[in-house]
Amino acid sequence: MDDSQQKKHAKNIRINIIKMLTKSKSGHTGGSLGMADVFTSLYFHALDANYYTENPDRDRFILSNGHICPVWYATLAEKGLIKEEELLTLRQINSRLQGHPVNHDLKWAELPTGSLGQGVCAATGLALGYKLDGKKSRVYVGLGDGEMQEGSVWEALMFAAQKRLDNLTAFVDRNFVQQAGNTEDMIGLEPLKDKIKAFGWNVIEADGHDFEKINKAFDDAKKIKEKPTFIIFRTHIGQGVSFVLDNYKWHGVAPSEEQAAAAIKELM
Amino acid sequence: MEATRDGFGKAIVELAKKDKNIIALSASVGDSTRAEKVKAILPQQYVECGIAEQNMIGVSAGLALAGKIPFPSSFCSFLPGRCYDQIRQSVCYANLNVKLVATHAGLTVGMDGATHQMMEDLAMMRALPNMTIIVPADSLEAEKATLAAASFKGPIYMRLGREETPIFTDGKFQIGKSNTLREGKDATIIACGLMVHYSLLAADELKKEGIDVRVINMHTIKPIDKDAIIKAAKETRAIVTAEEHQITGGLGGAVAEVLSENNPAKMRRVGMQDRFGESGKPIDLLKKYGLTQKEIMEAVKSLL
Repeated sequence: MDDSQQKKHAKNIRINIIKMLTKSKSGHTGGSLGMADVFTSLYFHALDANYYTENPDRDRFILSNGHICPVWYATLAEKGLIKEEELLTLRQINSRLQGHPVNHDLKWAELPTGSLGQGVCAATGLALGYKLDGKKSRVYVGLGDGEMQEGSVWEALMFAAQKRLDNLTAFVDRNFVQQAGNTEDMIGLEPLKDKIKAFGWNVIEADGHDFEKINKAFDDAKKIKEKPTFIIFRTHIGQGVSFVLDNYKWHGVAPSEEQAAAAIKELM
Repeated sequence: MEATRDGFGKAIVELAKKDKNIIALSASVGDSTRAEKVKAILPQQYVECGIAEQNMIGVSAGLALAGKIPFPSSFCSFLPGRCYDQIRQSVCYANLNVKLVATHAGLTVGMDGATHQMMEDLAMMRALPNMTIIVPADSLEAEKATLAAASFKGPIYMRLGREETPIFTDGKFQIGKSNTLREGKDATIIACGLMVHYSLLAADELKKEGIDVRVINMHTIKPIDKDAIIKAAKETRAIVTAEEHQITGGLGGAVAEVLSENNPAKMRRVGMQDRFGESGKPIDLLKKYGLTQKEIMEAVKSLL
């Protein structure tokens, strides 16, 4: 798929993020906008066709930082896996699009995520399960950079390297922002690449807003043997909407009607 | 005499031999939990997680997603003590087929002291939707419970002990269905785990004094056998619960809830009285903290 088509998908995803969050009046705008390009590549490039089947051995994806689920729900809609109008039920009563993902009625969710540092552990278990049975499919897991302050993330990193889970691709939304400020002002993660490398992983760094580089990072991860791969996607919170861009205060708030109109105008 | 953890050890090996999807996991204490018995004969079905209980629960959730039947095991103070959040979100809310095995529960860990004497786990686990909780009374029951857990669909929490204890159950085990070990009409003792043995001793002693006591082995704490509790309250004059756990939130709490809503009855709870333990020989600790037949007998008599 060429860049222009991926750009079109990412644009639609961003517009839907704004629409659904404006309707719900709550949710995580910044990180969702920031990951629209990576999610486009994940669903329109990286995941195997078997992901979309009922095959129990299919490729799987777990969103460990569940709070950016608007980008994921919007991507599922862009891919035609859920209806676009359902996006407007986000965070409403009786909706399967919960404020943080849940697997009960939405099979793509695999398991609930929201309490940070857990999805990545489950992803390693899933990858191990596939390995034990000699299954070829891949497991993908997305994390937030702030999430990497959770100790259990590093437990999972040690485990995956020890078990040589080369069928596992983890990626982080490295936007340097968490709820209360810049990650490096809180509990700094740098040098992040060196740390993950030292934990025994293959590490790739890529611009999280350049489709060619995102696609290549996912492709390169598939070629690595004996080690799990961790992709550090350098992203910007709020990418595509100037007044959200790089502003940590947009971590967990929804746009007003006026802001939404301005954002959509900018994105169109 | 045999520890309940040994019953688990026997059953998990049998299960693993029959089904390649059975996976025993351990957090660096597989020799103690007996999970390591699987490693000796089927290393592919044994997963060492290191001293990282939170990740072990997540890994188990992932294995369940891959179609496996994981049995993560550790000491009760760490599983569930260390990983409540993981159990809540990745196992119970997810409603995945994970069988949690907590060994070295309660005061009878003994010498290791209060850090390792977990007596709050039932309270934590009881509060979780989708959780089924089993506390076997002896090694044979632990073996049967492990087999039952493997064929049960959904999250299970099984609580086991370190110490060798007498075997007195008859091998009949059904999740959610208590076993009445002694019939009686004056009072009923409802117990779980190690305290079932002491309840039988208490019943024998009371019999000599002319007090006719029923003893119920409440091996499943959740869902609890309400019918047996209500029946006991109707047919006998008092209820005493006995557990190697804090008196709040465990078996005593569960029985009190059933009684107060359905058939209010005079009752007393024998268990840990809102305290932490200390190092010592198990039997000395049980005596010091009031978890023997003596306290059970006193409780029964105080109500009649």
